[in-house]
Amino acid sequence: MRTSLVSNFLAVILFSLGPVLFAKESSGETGGPQGTKEEIREYIAHHLQDSHDFSIASYTDASGEVVHWGFPLPVILWDNGLKVFSSARFHHGETVAEVGGNYYRLYHSKIYKTDAGGTIRYDEDQHPVNQKPLDFSITKNVVMMLVTGLLLFWLFTGMARNYGKNNGIPMGIGKFFEPIVLYIRDDIAIPNIGEKKYSRYMPLLLTVFFFIWFLNMFGLTPLGVNVTGNIAVTTALALIVFLVTNFTGTRDYWKHILDPLGDGMPWFGKLIIYIILVPIEILGIFIKPFALLIRLYANMTAGHVVLMSLIGLIFIFKSWVGGPLSFGLSFAISLIEVLVALLQAYIFTMLSALYFGFASEEHDHGHGHEHEEPELANL
Amino acid sequence: MEKLINEFSIGLFFWQIVLFVLLLLLLRKFAWKPILRAVNEREQGIRSALAAAEDAKKEMQNVSADSERLLQQARAEREALLKEAREIKDKMIADARAQAQAEGDKIVRQAQESIEGEKKAAIADIKNQVASFSVEIAEKVLQAQLENKDRQLKLVDQLVDDIKLR
Amino acid sequence: MEIPSVIGAGLAVIGAGIGIGMIGGRAMEAIARQPEAYGKIQTAMLIAAALIEGIGFAAIFAG
Repeated sequence: MRTSLVSNFLAVILFSLGPVLFAKESSGETGGPQGTKEEIREYIAHHLQDSHDFSIASYTDASGEVVHWGFPLPVILWDNGLKVFSSARFHHGETVAEVGGNYYRLYHSKIYKTDAGGTIRYDEDQHPVNQKPLDFSITKNVVMMLVTGLLLFWLFTGMARNYGKNNGIPMGIGKFFEPIVLYIRDDIAIPNIGEKKYSRYMPLLLTVFFFIWFLNMFGLTPLGVNVTGNIAVTTALALIVFLVTNFTGTRDYWKHILDPLGDGMPWFGKLIIYIILVPIEILGIFIKPFALLIRLYANMTAGHVVLMSLIGLIFIFKSWVGGPLSFGLSFAISLIEVLVALLQAYIFTMLSALYFGFASEEHDHGHGHEHEEPELANL
Repeated sequence: MEKLINEFSIGLFFWQIVLFVLLLLLLRKFAWKPILRAVNEREQGIRSALAAAEDAKKEMQNVSADSERLLQQARAEREALLKEAREIKDKMIADARAQAQAEGDKIVRQAQESIEGEKKAAIADIKNQVASFSVEIAEKVLQAQLENKDRQLKLVDQLVDDIKLR
Repeated sequence: MEIPSVIGAGLAVIGAGIGIGMIGGRAMEAIARQPEAYGKIQTAMLIAAALIEGIGFAAIFAG
């Protein structure tokens, strides 16, 4: 029953993404150590970015043509009306795609509007000045997010069903995930948010944790995706945390920001301090999620860069010493990255819980102000 | 910083927000709430089961203390009963012994008294018989002695000699 | 003379590295002293390290 479900699930994913495409294009210049280094650098930069087609591997065949192994993804553009077409029409950036009288070209993983010849004009900093249509394409990262979302949904609804069927005792994969769920509840949510209000934030914390963790782990697979190392993704996550924090903020939370000293000082004394203090506090509201998004982005990107550089060393050394050495190194870094994948998910969840805790705290007004505010939260 | 802004993709951002919020809502309804509820219920169950076990343990202790106390009491009671019985037995034996003693004494005394009576009667009888024998003997002796005249005169002389005039 | 911003970023990273190292070291000492407070120390350590890390990244992207 379960295995057939898994295979159905995988089949649906595979077939919905369209046929595997073999595209051929003439290879660029190669050869020489300098060329290899350039190629590796470009390859890493390309890997870190989102992509409009799901390429799993590419190689140069005997006739000197680069063969891409993967499948195209739908491109959705908003350019005076919705334009939907397959990314196969870009031929990995080699050709211009003509859709409804408009011409588009893929350049460094971004879609630009061009003329029929596909010319791209540059400014003096070598940045393209062509018009960029609003790009809502189902890119590789979106596909991975969808896959992760479906996987999470399938796993955890199954787990929930098992609880119902099995009288509250976890079964199968639930035995593995239940301690993690309990850890998030007992060691992240309750200590930071408090016994009274934690349950309101639990769904968000759990979803954030598993979403980030799973995507981090997918980033370590040979699929070559870098979803959590994408600034737009982390920004979206941090924005959700930011909105939830501030929309669930209590009166005490805002009082702490706008009137941090409380009744401890006469108003004229406070006025001088508040000219400096209040802007810092208000800035803190934005810095907190900003630090969150930068931390996740930078950690995952840095991990991928280090890993791919070490793998790239194999092709630069091309010797019997360098190969095993960089293989060993990249293996060790991979293991560390597995830890980092979990740790970053944990830290993101942990800090989110901390911010939710600040937002939902309610002071015991009877006790005055002898309590110490944890000022850690200011960054 | 510039690189970051350049890398930022509105489309991906849009999809991430949409997909994440959708995932959050779906998981909240179909996964997290049932899971957390099940876990909470289970924990509640364990907690109440533990409390019940604790109660039962206390109850058991109470019961065993009670039974211990009852046993103690029963033992003491038995002890007392036994003691009493022993005392009664001793007393009964003593009483019986005393009674038997008294009865025996009485029998012995009566026997002695009757023996004494018999003895006296026998002695009295013997005395009478001896007296009558003596009289008979004396008669016969006197008859024999006084058959001739000489002897009668002699005796009268003797007796007259014995008589002294005072 | 103009100092390249990359060098500034590097200096900031050195500072952040020292800071995280000190947090880790002190956390180890604290755990050695009070093994029963392991969980709390670890949480506090990770939060503090994450905050310093944030500064480090800010410096890298500014540089």
